[in-house]
Amino acid sequence: MSFYLAFKEIWRMRGRYILFSLVIALITILVLFIAALAGGLANANKQFIDKLNAELLIYQANVDLQPTSSRLGESKLADIRRIEGVKDVGPLGLSTATVVFTDGRASVDISLVGVEPGKPGDVPLVSGNGLLNKRNNVAVIGMDLATRGNVRVGDKIEVKTIQGTREELYQLEVVGITDARQYFFLPSVIVPLTTWSKVRSQPTVDNSRAEIVYNIIAVQLQKSEDFKLVSQRITSLVDGVEVADKRSAILALPGYTAQQSTLNTQQVFTLLIGILVVGGFFQIQTMQKVAQIGVLKAIGSPSGTVALSVLFQIILVTLTGVGIGSFGTLLLALGMPGNIPIAFTGPTVISAISLLLLIGPIGGFVSIRLALKIDPLMAMGLSS
Amino acid sequence: MDTALKTADVTKIYGKDTNAVVAVDRVSIEVKRGEFIALVGPSGSGKTSMLAMLAALLSPTSGSIYIGEAELGQLKEKERAKFRREKIGFTFQSNNLVPYLTSLENVELMLRLNNRLNKAGKERAKELLVRLGLENRLNNLPNQLSGGQQQRVAIARALVHNPEVVLADEPTASLDTERAFQVVETFADLIHEQNRAGIMVSHDLRMTKYVDKVIQMIDGQMTRMISDRVQIDALAKMGSFEGAEQKMEVLPFRSAFNETVTPH
Repeated sequence: MSFYLAFKEIWRMRGRYILFSLVIALITILVLFIAALAGGLANANKQFIDKLNAELLIYQANVDLQPTSSRLGESKLADIRRIEGVKDVGPLGLSTATVVFTDGRASVDISLVGVEPGKPGDVPLVSGNGLLNKRNNVAVIGMDLATRGNVRVGDKIEVKTIQGTREELYQLEVVGITDARQYFFLPSVIVPLTTWSKVRSQPTVDNSRAEIVYNIIAVQLQKSEDFKLVSQRITSLVDGVEVADKRSAILALPGYTAQQSTLNTQQVFTLLIGILVVGGFFQIQTMQKVAQIGVLKAIGSPSGTVALSVLFQIILVTLTGVGIGSFGTLLLALGMPGNIPIAFTGPTVISAISLLLLIGPIGGFVSIRLALKIDPLMAMGLSS
Repeated sequence: MDTALKTADVTKIYGKDTNAVVAVDRVSIEVKRGEFIALVGPSGSGKTSMLAMLAALLSPTSGSIYIGEAELGQLKEKERAKFRREKIGFTFQSNNLVPYLTSLENVELMLRLNNRLNKAGKERAKELLVRLGLENRLNNLPNQLSGGQQQRVAIARALVHNPEVVLADEPTASLDTERAFQVVETFADLIHEQNRAGIMVSHDLRMTKYVDKVIQMIDGQMTRMISDRVQIDALAKMGSFEGAEQKMEVLPFRSAFNETVTPH
């Protein structure tokens, strides 16, 4: 009965309800895009760390977990390797550079990541042979750079860095392609640590080739659930280092928390606006129907039936609006330029859509309550 | 004839202490099956409050109301709603129909509410509308109908589920005189044909032409009850009790108001 009343009203007054569904659709598009933008920007910042095959990251002490401020050397690596519970360790060097193409293709800024081949920090391959076979002047590039720069395994790329005050070009052979692993909003180029040490931008030209200094150490554990215990061991046994799990490391990335909280706030406000819009619409709608609801109750419709009918309408309109909005978002996303950092991930989309589906009933709560409270005596112009 | 509805000393008082207003004051009436009565009186006389109590929409402050075997005062809120949809047919002054349902769907609504919308029920709904001259308006929405047609749909809805009592609150309030007479005549015909008990609240005494009994209320009290056909016709013709009394002095039936109830 409730569904019958709800459906009939929507069908017979479909113009009004379609318009309102479109309002919900627009809110859906906005929420989904903000969620995708938050996801895209987060990915662009954290992807490399997030996908790292390690449980813990070791930084120099007192650098606020900022990788580029951290400096660690061979001795620390050896100290950490010996700690109980540590399975393996790998040094990571992080810097920026530019891939330059000589054939007119636009140059691409990159994150140049130095790893020890085969150790934590080295990346899995989508194609190619990786860094293990040739130890110098080779690179594994992310899929994003491969697509953007039309680079394939076997190609040579020129990496431009600053040595002292001069620009230098280094030719690297692409030996493999990994999945997209952006770091600090730039596509990653992974090179052996020895190559990284030579190629990375440096304030002074240093030809001494002393001990390689890198930024952080990736630590694989024997049992990943022991990360707290092993963290404590490392902190107590190795001087001058700070330990972070991946989540803490990501949160400490420059701008990450501020950026994500800004976007999340926008998303929350958009959802709140959605709740107010849905609430306002159904509140006005129910107030316009007070006499009609009074008649329905006077002829014997239970209050629950009338309230359920309002709830069904809210659900139907919200479902339609969110459906149209999701489809619209899909179409818009397909036509979106590739340089806009949006990422529609399953969990993000599902949680955003779930929240959007909840805004209807939450917003309509007042009107459902109003419908429940309407006195059937209103039908006769009386009140009890 | 069986008694369909009976009230005993029904009183309704709104407010309390110094703000108390007596809307209905110890009214006792009895309506039999197949009987159509008019509850008349000026604004504020308590007739609508009385009707609301008969419809189980309002509880009396004291006194009792029986419809069939049920004493309305004993029913809980949920039972009242069930009672209304099963035992009572209702038409109102305005906003009678659900605006997004067609004439036929509005009539079928009562059967849906009672889980009785079967093939026979659908046929009955259609027959009633045809009987009321709406055979070409079955699938029209209320806003496509005139006021008189809407009232006729409401009458069909009030009767379709075979209620014990049919109540009409000023059914002619928004109609012109000609349509008002048509509506009340049809209402009366159907109540008689289907052997229902009908009570119509009206401030327009001309509409008493088709009823079997007239009850006048003033200041919450039942002041007159007329059941003689000649007297009722005189009342309907004159449009006022005073006019009818004078007319009846000239005509040889001064005893017209011999059923006048002494106010308490």
